[in-house]
Amino acid sequence: MGMRRVVITGTGMVSPLGCGTEASWSRLIAGGNAARRVTEFEVEDLPAKIACRIPFGDGSDGTYNADDWMEPKEQRKVDPFIVYAMAAADMALADAGWKPESDEDQVATGVLIGSGIGGLEGIVEGGYTLRDKGPRRLSPFFIPGRLINLASGQVSIRHKLRGPNHSVVTACSTGAHAIGDASRLIALGDADVMVAGGTESPICRISLAGFAACKALSTQHNDNPEKASRPYDADRDGFVMGEGAGIVILEELEHAKARGAKIYAEVVGYGLSGDAFHITAPSEDGDGAYRCMQMALKRAGLTAADIDYINAHGTSTMADTIELGAVERLVGDSASKISMSSTKSAIGHLLGAAGAVEAIFSALAIRDNIAPPTLNLDNPSVETKIDLVPHVAREREINVALSNSFGFGGTNASLVLRRYNGD
Amino acid sequence: MSDIAERVKKIVIDHLGVDAEKVSEGASFIDDLGADSLDTVELVMAFEEEFGVEIPDDAADSILTVGDAVKFIEKAQA
Repeated sequence: MGMRRVVITGTGMVSPLGCGTEASWSRLIAGGNAARRVTEFEVEDLPAKIACRIPFGDGSDGTYNADDWMEPKEQRKVDPFIVYAMAAADMALADAGWKPESDEDQVATGVLIGSGIGGLEGIVEGGYTLRDKGPRRLSPFFIPGRLINLASGQVSIRHKLRGPNHSVVTACSTGAHAIGDASRLIALGDADVMVAGGTESPICRISLAGFAACKALSTQHNDNPEKASRPYDADRDGFVMGEGAGIVILEELEHAKARGAKIYAEVVGYGLSGDAFHITAPSEDGDGAYRCMQMALKRAGLTAADIDYINAHGTSTMADTIELGAVERLVGDSASKISMSSTKSAIGHLLGAAGAVEAIFSALAIRDNIAPPTLNLDNPSVETKIDLVPHVAREREINVALSNSFGFGGTNASLVLRRYNGD
Repeated sequence: MSDIAERVKKIVIDHLGVDAEKVSEGASFIDDLGADSLDTVELVMAFEEEFGVEIPDDAADSILTVGDAVKFIEKAQA
């Protein structure tokens, strides 16, 4: 059996720039920057005191109100990463106009949502309860409220999606792997529709302390948070933590056409590789990233000359240079026609949600023919012919976009999206 | 309604997110108030915490209604 074609027919997002795909995208294109000092908990003793939080509010004007997405009594039982996923999945399914009611449609629709670290804070609190009050005080919801695959589980229960129910945990590559793997399930005929993406709610003391301990976070811009996430810039010193969820509705092409669904883009390529080098640092020669992108292009039946836009992993760490080197090796003489930006400069690093949110931004870059900007790129530490889209978005033709995600453990994922022209 | 009954009722309302008028003495947590088996475990924990009593598992299994809970706690505190 040949591989079936897969398209994106719906998107949903809770990002630091807004609740909703369009709210986030319009602010991203306008140069919005979500970084701010953390005020919700004590940060005085933490090396990194800033983050890109989602805009909490009453739900109007692109703000996020958890009560809009889950009843308060249910929220109490789960970590916020699950609520973010429920919100983004509700939005994505509504956007796609897909509401499976028949037995056949329900079993043909699956869910594959991942998270990098899941309910870390809740696990810590559970540990305190066990230590201070004993095992009889541990909530029956402690486990099901923290498990990473419970985002997929909860979404499937709410929408009665009875196809494949799966999850991914590959650190910062999670969201891209989820979309890639879910596309494969459709391509191979295991499902016709998949609700896929990533979710993360990592902004808490233990996570900020832990990521700072492994020297991953920016700590030199605490007094000027909006300047902290600066991919490729000489003054970058680590990533800024973000939070949120990105969910896409993936659909078999003929299934989407038969019901007249809106099509954002086709998922034409997916590559995966391992660095086999170091637990947190990428391989210095960028070979893992290179092979990952190359595999995705090969699967897509495209060459580097076909790429218009790259949504870089670009975390604002030393690794930015390694990724750029791998991209330059991949694209060769085509470098001067490619735009590549890191949207982490605006929304921070959403860890397990990053790859999914950035895949959606890549699809929208194709839809609107516009490359979102790399903020704070005042003084590039690199010389390249690739357009890094400094400061402001660039209108340009974009038919093919590549989205990169690389994670701790040396896990790499690349997605290639292409404009769908009806053929 | 006794003080214990009022406090039990408040816990049930808070945990199950139900309207106060539904929480009658004979209301079954599962059949009338929408609880599942994990909700009832959590309710029993909340009663233990609020009233400083220990409710053993076999006793918890027989606490099916608001009235059952009130009776158990009154007896335990007597």
